Amino acid sequence: MEFLLSILVGLLFAAGVYLLLHRDFVKLVIGIVIIGNATALFIFVAGRIVRENAPFIQEDGLPPENFADPVPQALILTALVIGFGIQAFALILFKKVYDIPTVDKIDDLKK
Amino acid sequence: MGYEKIIILLPLIIPLLTAIISLFFKKNKIVNNYISIVGSSLLLITTTALLFPLIVENEILTTQVGCWEAPFGITIVVDMFSAMMLVIASFVGLMVNIYALENIKYKKKEYSFFVFFQFLIMAVNGAFLAGDIFNLYVWFEVMLIASFVLLVLGNGKKQLIATVKYTLLSFIASAFLLVGVGMIYGISGSLNMADVAVYFQENPNEPLMTVAAVLFMLPFAIKAALFPLYFWLPDSYHTPEISVTALFSGLLTKVGIYAMIRCFTLIFIHDIHYTHTILMVAAGFTMLSGVFGALSKVNMRRILSFHIVSQVGYMVLGLALYTPLAIAGAIFYIIQHILAKTNLFLITGVVEKIKGTSNLKGVSGLYHRFPIFSIFFLVVALSLAGLPPLSGFWAKFILIKAGFQQEEYLMIFIVLITGLLTLFSMMKIWVNAFWGKQQEQPERNLIKNEKSLFKEHWSLLIPIILMALVTVFIGLFSMPLMKYATIAAEQLMNPAQYIEAVLGDVN
Repeated sequence: MEFLLSILVGLLFAAGVYLLLHRDFVKLVIGIVIIGNATALFIFVAGRIVRENAPFIQEDGLPPENFADPVPQALILTALVIGFGIQAFALILFKKVYDIPTVDKIDDLKK
Repeated sequence: MGYEKIIILLPLIIPLLTAIISLFFKKNKIVNNYISIVGSSLLLITTTALLFPLIVENEILTTQVGCWEAPFGITIVVDMFSAMMLVIASFVGLMVNIYALENIKYKKKEYSFFVFFQFLIMAVNGAFLAGDIFNLYVWFEVMLIASFVLLVLGNGKKQLIATVKYTLLSFIASAFLLVGVGMIYGISGSLNMADVAVYFQENPNEPLMTVAAVLFMLPFAIKAALFPLYFWLPDSYHTPEISVTALFSGLLTKVGIYAMIRCFTLIFIHDIHYTHTILMVAAGFTMLSGVFGALSKVNMRRILSFHIVSQVGYMVLGLALYTPLAIAGAIFYIIQHILAKTNLFLITGVVEKIKGTSNLKGVSGLYHRFPIFSIFFLVVALSLAGLPPLSGFWAKFILIKAGFQQEEYLMIFIVLITGLLTLFSMMKIWVNAFWGKQQEQPERNLIKNEKSLFKEHWSLLIPIILMALVTVFIGLFSMPLMKYATIAAEQLMNPAQYIEAVLGDVN
């Protein structure tokens, strides 16, 4: 599972970078979204994937023997929320820039 | 006891409250101004009068937020380096705030200029206080979003275009930082800086450590505008209102430098030969390319923006040399650079106010009508270039001395060349804008003479004068600050002290 997810993370990063290198504003935004998701997934994989138990303290006051780590999920949640904010800002910003008559592509930003 | 744990949280709480309160009054012209000024002044008083003496006394203070014990909860740490940065950041914050009263138009204040201003200050303080790498990442993001808004506020065409470049590069930087954080968590199972440092000390042969180090180096280098990742800075800093540019030039790149110094003296010290050599090469190229870039420009804002780049090189050089003396030099350099550079941008703002432009082709002979104001520019510019009695000289002197101790003669050569060229471009501004022939139609000036400048625009001049005085003061009486920087550097070079303060007695 970890192996498959690692490959997926790599693919997502590749796709995101490919889109970021495009000259089109829409592809740029999609690239930002994909890279954001790729980093989230990366943290998830880096935090080890465990399926056995949920991280609850049992009745005897001890944690279960083999439990899923809650910290990476908390990190991902925070990162996704921040990423969402940036994506929203980027969308509005690119829309505004696209509305400038002389700007159609990224290359037009060079004056 | 106990109250000091709250005092070190105040640099976060005060700007947050100020921002929230001013959100309610953003339509009210006068109240809006007062709230922000009161908030910034309170922050300055807290950091200088309450926090700073505590740090001088106790050296390192920590707070575990919510009383979760160290490696598990969020830790807030103040050591001598971050205390100094907090003091200087709040001072610059107040100065720019006073300047912005007049410089920022009511229309922009109505669109919450001061709200984002205070959020930016909070995020900068948060980055100085963070004792946890994920927390550091979050403060970086808060800072970025506030700076996006400040940069684009006003919706000018140039501003929009500059913000696109800034947003994209910042986004890439924070994505890399997040991957770095994830990797560190994967390796060590912890996010607390002290805990991670302990883990890395105990397992110095982890294969991924160097990868993580480079993943951290990259975003900090983008934020700090290191070669070859600095192109966004001169491209975006010349568009917004001058108070915004001044604030950014003083604080934003320095947060990158601060985070770099913190991480590369505490966590990533396993392979100094590799990581710090990269930093040194980058520092050399940064100094040279920044100063050469400045030579080719004729706009004051652009010249000064390129000088931010070249001076960041000096600070990173201090880190790369990695001796207590060199890091003390870097700390001293950061402090004097924040004061001088912010002030130069504020002065540029006044020049724009007088002439309507900061292009050197359109400005000349200001000295004839504004002699006192011109002298302030000269003092600050010479201090930045590093002429002997002024503060820049001591900073460069210490760095060069540290370079000789490490026998890095090529770097010393670059430092000297860069210093000379900095002096050259400061003189370029001085000779063109201030000294040259008086312009033919002085009555076309927007401000007629010095008397009306001092009388009607005092809120633009007070910050300039105060900051110039502080710059001169730390140049003439540099010993106390130097002593402080030396102790702070020794603290940074000895991570055990930091680790013990955060985690308690480990062994």
